[in-house]
Amino acid sequence: MIGKSMDIYESHSINREEKELLLNYMGRDPSHTEIGIFSVMWSEHCSYKSSRHWLKKLHTKGKQVIQGPGENAGVIDIGDNQAIIFKMESHNHPSFIEPYQGAATGVGGIMRDIFTMGARPIALLNSIRFGELAHSKTKFLLSGVVSGIGGYGNCVGIPTVAGETGFDSSYNGNNLVNAMCVGLTTRDKIFYSKASGIGNPVVYVGAKTGRDGIHGATMASGEFDDESDKNRPTVQVGDPYAEKLLLEACLELMQKDAIISIQDMGAAGLTSSSVEMADKGRVGIELNLDNIPTRQENLTAYEMMLSESQERMLMVLKPEKTDIAKEVFKKWDVDFAIVGKITETNNIVVLHNGMIEADIPIKFLTDNAPIYKRETISKNKQDQKNQLSSDIKIKEAILRVLNSANICSKKWIWEQYDRTIMANTLNEAGEDAGIVRIENTEKAIAMSCDVTPRYCDADAKKGAMQAVSECWRNIISMGAKPLAITNCLNFGNPEKPEIMTDFVETINGIRDASIVLDFPVVSGNVSLYNETNGHPIKNTPTIGGVGLIKNIGILEDFGSANVGDSIYMIGKKGSHLDCSTLEEVYNNTSSNNPPEVDLNQEKINGNCVLELIQEKIISSCHDISDGGMIVALCELIIKDEIGATLNKIAEDQLIRQLFGEDQSRYIITIKPRFVSAFENKIKKNGIDYELIGNITSSQLKINDGIIISNSELKNSYESLIPSIMSNKE
Amino acid sequence: MDVTIIRFPGTNCDLDTANAVKKVIGINPNIISCKESNIPKSDLIIIPGGFSYGDYLRSGAIAAREPIMDDLELKGNQGVYIIGICNGFQILTERKLLPGSLLKNSSLKFISKNIKLKVDRNDTFFTSKYKTNEIVKIPIAHHDGNFFVDRKTLNSIEDNNQVALRYMEPINGSLNDIAGLYNKDLNILGLMPHPERAIDMKTGTNDGSKIFESALNFFAT
Amino acid sequence: MKAIVYIRLKSEVLDPQGQAIESALKNLGENDIKNVRQGKLIEMDIQADNKKDAEEKIEKITKSLLANTVIEEYSIEIG
Repeated sequence: MIGKSMDIYESHSINREEKELLLNYMGRDPSHTEIGIFSVMWSEHCSYKSSRHWLKKLHTKGKQVIQGPGENAGVIDIGDNQAIIFKMESHNHPSFIEPYQGAATGVGGIMRDIFTMGARPIALLNSIRFGELAHSKTKFLLSGVVSGIGGYGNCVGIPTVAGETGFDSSYNGNNLVNAMCVGLTTRDKIFYSKASGIGNPVVYVGAKTGRDGIHGATMASGEFDDESDKNRPTVQVGDPYAEKLLLEACLELMQKDAIISIQDMGAAGLTSSSVEMADKGRVGIELNLDNIPTRQENLTAYEMMLSESQERMLMVLKPEKTDIAKEVFKKWDVDFAIVGKITETNNIVVLHNGMIEADIPIKFLTDNAPIYKRETISKNKQDQKNQLSSDIKIKEAILRVLNSANICSKKWIWEQYDRTIMANTLNEAGEDAGIVRIENTEKAIAMSCDVTPRYCDADAKKGAMQAVSECWRNIISMGAKPLAITNCLNFGNPEKPEIMTDFVETINGIRDASIVLDFPVVSGNVSLYNETNGHPIKNTPTIGGVGLIKNIGILEDFGSANVGDSIYMIGKKGSHLDCSTLEEVYNNTSSNNPPEVDLNQEKINGNCVLELIQEKIISSCHDISDGGMIVALCELIIKDEIGATLNKIAEDQLIRQLFGEDQSRYIITIKPRFVSAFENKIKKNGIDYELIGNITSSQLKINDGIIISNSELKNSYESLIPSIMSNKE
Repeated sequence: MDVTIIRFPGTNCDLDTANAVKKVIGINPNIISCKESNIPKSDLIIIPGGFSYGDYLRSGAIAAREPIMDDLELKGNQGVYIIGICNGFQILTERKLLPGSLLKNSSLKFISKNIKLKVDRNDTFFTSKYKTNEIVKIPIAHHDGNFFVDRKTLNSIEDNNQVALRYMEPINGSLNDIAGLYNKDLNILGLMPHPERAIDMKTGTNDGSKIFESALNFFAT
Repeated sequence: MKAIVYIRLKSEVLDPQGQAIESALKNLGENDIKNVRQGKLIEMDIQADNKKDAEEKIEKITKSLLANTVIEEYSIEIG
């Protein structure tokens, strides 16, 4: 028999070396279905072939960690036998093709990762990035992505409590949608994907299988020409209603001691879920596709194995509990079908219409899959200085920065996300992090998503350390102790040595920061090849963090500044303008020298601020990041509808102190009667701090001449996105 | 006092509503599936918010035609107190237990925020604990809350004082800023805002508690 | 038999989706278009003895479920 032509392999993104490896493993000409299975399991998305070697270097351990990377999501301990399960995942490419459905299915997918492990989702977050606001596609993408995120999360009934939105020309051809979900369970009710028990039934639950999302490239193969119309790849469409029913059915079954292992059918659907379950348990799996619930007629084995239809799960059940499980799913009106069994062969065997469509040793798809240590280079970077003009007018600069795309209020976006459902959200939108109470306890968790791509692009390692640090600060600012992080590493083509180098440096930066801050990585996702016509996105390692508030009593009278409060800054005076927001706004460029991140200082400052909040010494706290001290201060006074008068700053220092983006800093406000308690404590800790002014009723005053009313600040801050989105092109 | 909450496939505020009943009224409500043929004896029946049947066709349309709704209609006609919150309000209008219809918000977008509302009257089962014209803060979270009805019915709604709550600013295009509405007999109430999410100052407002307190008050006195 | 039900908002009911489409068309320079209204189309197969029976059945289900006659009007096509 003559082997299949190279064209077929190429159309499945299997290169010549990988083809040889595949043939060597199989020792025969593989079937079309087998090539399909190899192609998805060996894809970057499933195999992490470019990144796996480096991801092992992340810091993933800590007392608080119950389950690190490797499962559907990470699990951390929050005491009282309770656990938080969380993860972030990208859905970048689908969201560019069809923003509503791409974003919606991204939210659906990450939610399933959480409830697959036994947790009820209690919060959603997202980090989304688009091209410049003025770019022709941005408005369409932004509008579609936001309604897609809301459409899905709102319908399932999980509050979206925090997130960030950024704009930069490097995303003109590749927008990013990173969705994070956080769930709650008890420690003794965590479900894993490891299959076991020879002969145990493999069960399919959820929505029916159609031809959704089968990779376009695989359709170019000659064998499909005669049916090309039928086989046209389709956009995956999310059905949040089906997800809600699947969620309730799964959580109900999880109370009945019936499930041995469970896995969400995400990317590469049935293939990756069955292979992963069998691989973790070191067993084989046999699937009979005749029993798969299908939405369309005449699906081939190839199509069923590769379909990415949404809202589906695969489970291995205790045989004696199958009937109970069937009842539960019937009650919730969710399809339930026994589609296979666990075997001792260590192979995945796929049967369809009485034929063996695939029979592959599982290790060839997992342990023995190709892994690449791609080329890196040593970069010789010359630090550039910012070229900001010296005659910038302060008032104009403040208003321009507040009115810039990356700083301005994202209210237009978050008002489309249900924030109050579940009745446990403890703070308003637009703050540094979202806070959600743990039902029936005095505990709450704080969550935030952060990254500054401008820094990451200029210096991958510093940028990564900054992203972890900013996330840590945002959680601290809510009075929570930061516990652990998830990440979404969005990069361009890893086959380019300079991008691979940045990827490796990013891993190093995340590792260093998470070690020093005891903020380990428990789950994550990598999204590579985010580039169009050779233009990659800026490195975007999004960090999603979770922290714990043990007693929500500390939040009483915390969160708002009051007239008469003193304003202090924790940390050194601002000075660093290279790579700053001010530079971006004024010069539409970014010098390549981001601020230093002193991780030890970060830790000392953060821990001290956390104690100040816990001891109820301060009335409000905000992290200083993009835009420097003045942006943090303006956000505070806009939100609380107050004013501030700053102490005299030397004229030649004004720009640096107001807009410098030096790290490890916070703005805090303190009621007069707590000022001495504050000073005592902070002096004992030996931390840099400064009294920078006091809270007044309605305007911002800087030195003698600069006065801006609250309403002027508010108008600049809040008007940009609504005016763009309502603008009739 | 017996409270029953009806859950449809896609309902997602059932547990929040049950919690509010527990915390404010102090009793455990009975949560039943819409597949039950009858509603147990109840003093108050609540249809909570969510996306029953995915909001497919029209929000509330499919749920309104479930067999259990025959019993709800019967009980409503007998004077049993009924509240429909958000999707529950949509279901009640689809069932024609309340007049009008809830169209897509005029912005065509989902709106989630804490908003100010005015209580039109305080002499009903549901509002005795409020003051007339009291301004309250309660969250909304909906896509289809734009109340519409023909001019004649609108006039009769106003003439009969059937408005329960009004938005203090234009929010979604609702006629006469109607956010909450009674039937003529004042025993059935539809609300777009979510009082069950406003029972604890820790979440920013407890102005919704008084709906439940008013009900409790009625049965206590 | 194939049945198609067309449903749209009554003319007196504000149709913001139709308005949004109209303004998008104007932005594309299509100034000759006005009064855009968006509706929906529901199609189904129906078993019936004749066209009239089919029409009656469809009319019944349209009134009872498919359309909300408070705000919507409809037309039926049997083919």
